[in-house]
Amino acid sequence: MAHVLTRSLDRSATVFLLVVAAAGVLIPLSNLLLPAGSMFQVPTYLVALFGKYVCYAILALSIDLIWGYCGILSLGHGAFFALGGYAMGMYLMRQIGSRGVYGNPILPDFMVFLNYPKLPWYWYGFDMFWFAAIIVIVAPGLLAFCFGWLAFRSRVTGVYLSIITQAMTYALLLAFFRNDFGFGGNNGLTDFKDILGFNIQAGGTRAALFALSCLGLIVGFLICRAIVTSKLGKVLIAVRDAESRTRFLGYRVESYKLFVFTLSACMAGVAGALYVPQVGIINPGEFAPGNSIEAVIWVAVGGRGTLIGAALGAIVVNYAKTVFTSGPLAPYWLFMLGAMFILVTLLLPKGIIGTFNAWWEPRKTKRLSELAESAAREDGVSEPKMAE
Amino acid sequence: MLFSMLVPVMAGPFEDAVAKFANDDYSDSEDAVGAIATSGNPLAFSIISALQDGRLMADPDAKKIYVTQPDGKSIDALTGAAVASVPDSAAAVRLNNHLRRAVEAALGGLTLSSPDPEKRILAAQSVYKGHDEAMLPLIDGALQKETNKSAKQALTEARAAILLFKDDATEQQKLEAIATIKARGDQEALAMLTDVPADAPPAVAHAATAAVSAIQQRLALWSVVQNAWYGLSLGSVLLLAAIGLAITFGVMGVINMAHGEMVMIGAYVTFVVQQTIRSHFPGLFDYSLVFAVPLAFIVAGAIGVVIERTIIRFLYGRPLETLLATWGLSLVLQQAVRTMFGPTNQEVANPSWMSGAFQLGQISITYNRLWILCFTMAVFAILLAMLRYTALGLEMRAVTQNRRMAASMGIATSRVDALTFGLGSGIAGIAGVALSQIDNVSPNLGQSYIIDSFMVVVFGGVGNLWGTLVGAFTLGIANKFLEPVAGAVLGKIAILVLIILFIQKRPRGLFALKGRAVEA
Repeated sequence: MAHVLTRSLDRSATVFLLVVAAAGVLIPLSNLLLPAGSMFQVPTYLVALFGKYVCYAILALSIDLIWGYCGILSLGHGAFFALGGYAMGMYLMRQIGSRGVYGNPILPDFMVFLNYPKLPWYWYGFDMFWFAAIIVIVAPGLLAFCFGWLAFRSRVTGVYLSIITQAMTYALLLAFFRNDFGFGGNNGLTDFKDILGFNIQAGGTRAALFALSCLGLIVGFLICRAIVTSKLGKVLIAVRDAESRTRFLGYRVESYKLFVFTLSACMAGVAGALYVPQVGIINPGEFAPGNSIEAVIWVAVGGRGTLIGAALGAIVVNYAKTVFTSGPLAPYWLFMLGAMFILVTLLLPKGIIGTFNAWWEPRKTKRLSELAESAAREDGVSEPKMAE
Repeated sequence: MLFSMLVPVMAGPFEDAVAKFANDDYSDSEDAVGAIATSGNPLAFSIISALQDGRLMADPDAKKIYVTQPDGKSIDALTGAAVASVPDSAAAVRLNNHLRRAVEAALGGLTLSSPDPEKRILAAQSVYKGHDEAMLPLIDGALQKETNKSAKQALTEARAAILLFKDDATEQQKLEAIATIKARGDQEALAMLTDVPADAPPAVAHAATAAVSAIQQRLALWSVVQNAWYGLSLGSVLLLAAIGLAITFGVMGVINMAHGEMVMIGAYVTFVVQQTIRSHFPGLFDYSLVFAVPLAFIVAGAIGVVIERTIIRFLYGRPLETLLATWGLSLVLQQAVRTMFGPTNQEVANPSWMSGAFQLGQISITYNRLWILCFTMAVFAILLAMLRYTALGLEMRAVTQNRRMAASMGIATSRVDALTFGLGSGIAGIAGVALSQIDNVSPNLGQSYIIDSFMVVVFGGVGNLWGTLVGAFTLGIANKFLEPVAGAVLGKIAILVLIILFIQKRPRGLFALKGRAVEA
């Protein structure tokens, strides 16, 4: 275990984790302990907003894991995110109990409204948190496993795969919009009251959720790092760069893809589950194909194939979105977003972090080799020439 | 109303009947309607139709009845003499549903002798619906005089309907009536035959049940035909939207997410053309689409070439990045149109030759759908001929099959790419002209077609226009046959799931390229 940790944590990864951990501790503390109005106090609405960004960052990580390292461009990851969100939403709905508008202790409001005689079977068990927590991971994972098993086995790759993942989330969008599907139709699930007994609106709960989201990001990041630095990660990169060749070398490409795709979907589900209690609503709009593509552009902006970049991209783009859409520039946000798609792919194909790395790496190696050279000169040995 | 001056004023059944309207009593009014309809008075029709439209004014104090003509002038219902104005104390004679039916039947009888065969047919149909025994002598009389074939048919059916429900008609008459109604074979015939009372003579009841099941079978067959027609219509729309995509995807391997926006631009070109024609050359309105088609092709095609030259050509060999960049482009184009024209739907009208519908057996076919089907087939044929017989088509096929070989043979592949992209976008623009006739023209027009178009291309296979054709019509027809079974949304979901499963079996679509081109 220690070995895996040391291997996966280089200097930038450590810095990233420390920053996230610091934010996860300091922001909630400042929100709760400092008096309101103090310069350093983070208002509660900002805590919720940042929490949303962190959830997006986890989603971006999951996309980067498959796109940046395995070359699978999923345009349907929003579906896994939303599924996780719905699982959490169902738990939160059951927690409302008899405090709903209609006061039914078992049925959520929308079911009373739509004249459901009793709770549909797939809502059983969601009154228990542990069950919901399992479903948060299992539901997206199962969908991704079935989907990936069918797709990868028959070697659906490239844009074809992207298009059918988009069709998948589109089909789910249509399904969840239906009232008789049993998930609240187009209103979705909302009016949550509390989570694990804590009031969901309270500042303390919000701060705790933010801290949990940061923890989720840290764990997700560690898992991704552990994978991409392992031998498994090397195979994934090989699949990305030369799929046929990897297959000819005897690797079962589809198994690798399936594993990483399913894992990534589970991560997206967890991100969705953390997201829902912080925004207070989940509705079928989350399945919209546009959302999934937007999540891909976060990764592209930050830098695909760099996990830190993905997380950073999600936060930067969403911060920009908040700034733009809340100000007088609102009508121009779509221009901005569209231009971002075009410019990043044209001019910054490696993203912010990737470009920075490309600029920094040669200098770093040069500095390192200079150091080594001077050390060698002092020792009186010459460095052996590198073969190839 | 010239002849109305000749009507002499004298007390008779007509005058008594008209006066009854002043009582403001439903059953009196009904008696009055019956009496007026059989009176043979030339004013009968205008009085009863005025009653139907609420234009019959009764003055209860003076016991006078007035008819307000549709043009606003009023006449005295008794004499037909024009009056300057209806007194304030007069109010419209009220109707209830029972009375309304009596009015309809009476009007039907009155127009049975109208000189216009269309009106006679309508009148016969309303008698058919009401099957009022009192109308039988009128129908018989009209039948003897009738010379128009379809009017005669309608009258025969009306007669059959009356006889079927006439208590003292003979069994033979009733059986003949059932045969006549069965021959009609539509929903109304079905309703009429299911209404045959169960205590009818056994032979009649039996014949009616047999006729009902025969009609049901025939209607089921027609509904299959109808679904097939709807499917063809949807398929033609899908084909039109997808065909440009198939070209760019096939030749360049480029997924153009902004394709739907090209369709949208085509629709907006139609809107602008129609606005211009409306304000400057109103007489040419029927030809607006004739101008819009080439213009939409040029505008969308030019935008396509510009996109290819400025964005797409830098992204060759990186299909996933192209997908993202064109998605961004689609956002920009949508927002640009939204800024220029506003987010609301724009009104695009059908030219006169595209509006309306005609009846084919039991289904009605709208002209705009029919024209779009023809138009799509024409576009498809032209495109196919272009690929087959022109130099550009040859070059495009060469590049599709083997880009490097084509380049080695001296084909300027980058020029072919630009032209192909322009062509695909131009065709999307043309599709927009057609779609503007059946869909809302809004900035989101393209988005609603993009996923369906992708499905068509993915299903049909790349690099073969026939695949797109088969894919589009298969999906259209499958969709329309699933809809009545599963509902519109579930049907659509089922189609998407089926395609996802289909892709497993044939990862490159129905008509996949074979050989070396596959891995390229």
